[in-house]
Amino acid sequence: MLKGGVIMDVVDADQAKIAEDAGACAVMALERVPADIRKDGGVARMSNPKMIKEIQDAVSIPVMAKVRIGHFVEAQVLQSLSIDFIDESEVLTPADETNHVDKFEFDAPFVCGATNLGEALRRIGEGAAMIRSKGEAGTGNVVEAVRHMREIVGGIKRLTTLSPTELPTAAKDLQAPLELVREVANSGWLPVPVFCAGGIATPADAALMMQLGAEGNFVGSGIFKSDDPERRAKAIVEATTHFNDADRIAAASEQLGEAMPGIEMAALGEEGRLAGRGW
Amino acid sequence: MKSPRIGVLAVQGGFQRHVEHLSEAGADPVEVRLPADLDGLDGLILPGGESTTIVMGIENAGLAPAILAHHEAGKSVLGTCAGMIVAGREHLGLIDITTKRNAFGRQLASFEDDIEVEGIVEGKIRAVFIRAPWVESTGEGVEVLAEVRNHPVAVRQGNVTALSFHPELTPDNRIHSWFVKSCGT
Repeated sequence: MLKGGVIMDVVDADQAKIAEDAGACAVMALERVPADIRKDGGVARMSNPKMIKEIQDAVSIPVMAKVRIGHFVEAQVLQSLSIDFIDESEVLTPADETNHVDKFEFDAPFVCGATNLGEALRRIGEGAAMIRSKGEAGTGNVVEAVRHMREIVGGIKRLTTLSPTELPTAAKDLQAPLELVREVANSGWLPVPVFCAGGIATPADAALMMQLGAEGNFVGSGIFKSDDPERRAKAIVEATTHFNDADRIAAASEQLGEAMPGIEMAALGEEGRLAGRGW
Repeated sequence: MKSPRIGVLAVQGGFQRHVEHLSEAGADPVEVRLPADLDGLDGLILPGGESTTIVMGIENAGLAPAILAHHEAGKSVLGTCAGMIVAGREHLGLIDITTKRNAFGRQLASFEDDIEVEGIVEGKIRAVFIRAPWVESTGEGVEVLAEVRNHPVAVRQGNVTALSFHPELTPDNRIHSWFVKSCGT
């Protein structure tokens, strides 16, 4: 029951506690936040199980952790730790450039990133229980998350305008399973929750994504790379709940100190983009 | 008869599905984020979610006095999953119970069961338990309506009912229909 909440990246038990006390509905345990993964380079892998256990012991809210795209053994390891959610994530270095994990093989639920509706439906077709936008993690720049949310929500809206005769072609164009395309065209939403991730740095960013249709937010580097993580974490939770209330978002945005510095997309170049990982 | 106006606490958690079920059951649902949203409500649902997050959200928005006033006016309250915890003695104190959080285990230990909920639905109903709490202790006047693995998972005291499970996650609308009827004006 994560909807309407904020899932925060944390690298140790202390940060996890700060996140929980600020009102996070879950934490994502990882060794380095995406901003540092970008800076340090090298291969980014699943976190050390010891660190994950320490975080599980420190908080009562759900604990998530990331596996590399296609790395089903990392997923087996996380499941053996009784992790609450597995994020098959483009933020880590992909282990398989062709195949994602067969998520139906697991009891633990998976969340997966997507840049558009077709990608979201392919992940659901592989068993994902939750979708998040990819955005561009570790940049503090919300522009890609906005693009992905608009792609997903716009894609859903378009499907609802099609006649049943047109859905097979839509499924072909989306490269998505026809059954899921039919289901989305009927219900007007994905069969799983859709969250936003990748670039949220301020309370206004969080509320923007909710107004665009996200059902909750993941915040990575944006909190613990800012001046005052505790206060910023609380403010982002507040803005996610009261996303239509500009007065409350304004109040939450005061006295936060500096946000994380942020990176322009043009400065990343194609090489630096994580969202292109996975298909 | 006019449709009962029923609020769903929308601080965090699974409020949307409750809203849909309430509409289907003939109520006029209202998302509750601020104290003023409780004005004129006939009933209130405290949904599932993360209880730590919801408790903090209630505090930040100053919702507790308005919820207590709703309760004291004798209006109905239904708490589900985290909402059971929030309604209990350790938080809002709407019902004289203590609860154990995540009592059945982590996400992986989530399960479904067909159970009877005495006095609320006829026959069995599918109950979805996700990181669910159970009732650890009950005060005087609290009726136990259902048990799973020898722990109470549905309780009632006066106008307050609390369930460990998520009635909004199955298409079966009987619990919401019962609640809407009990809020009838």
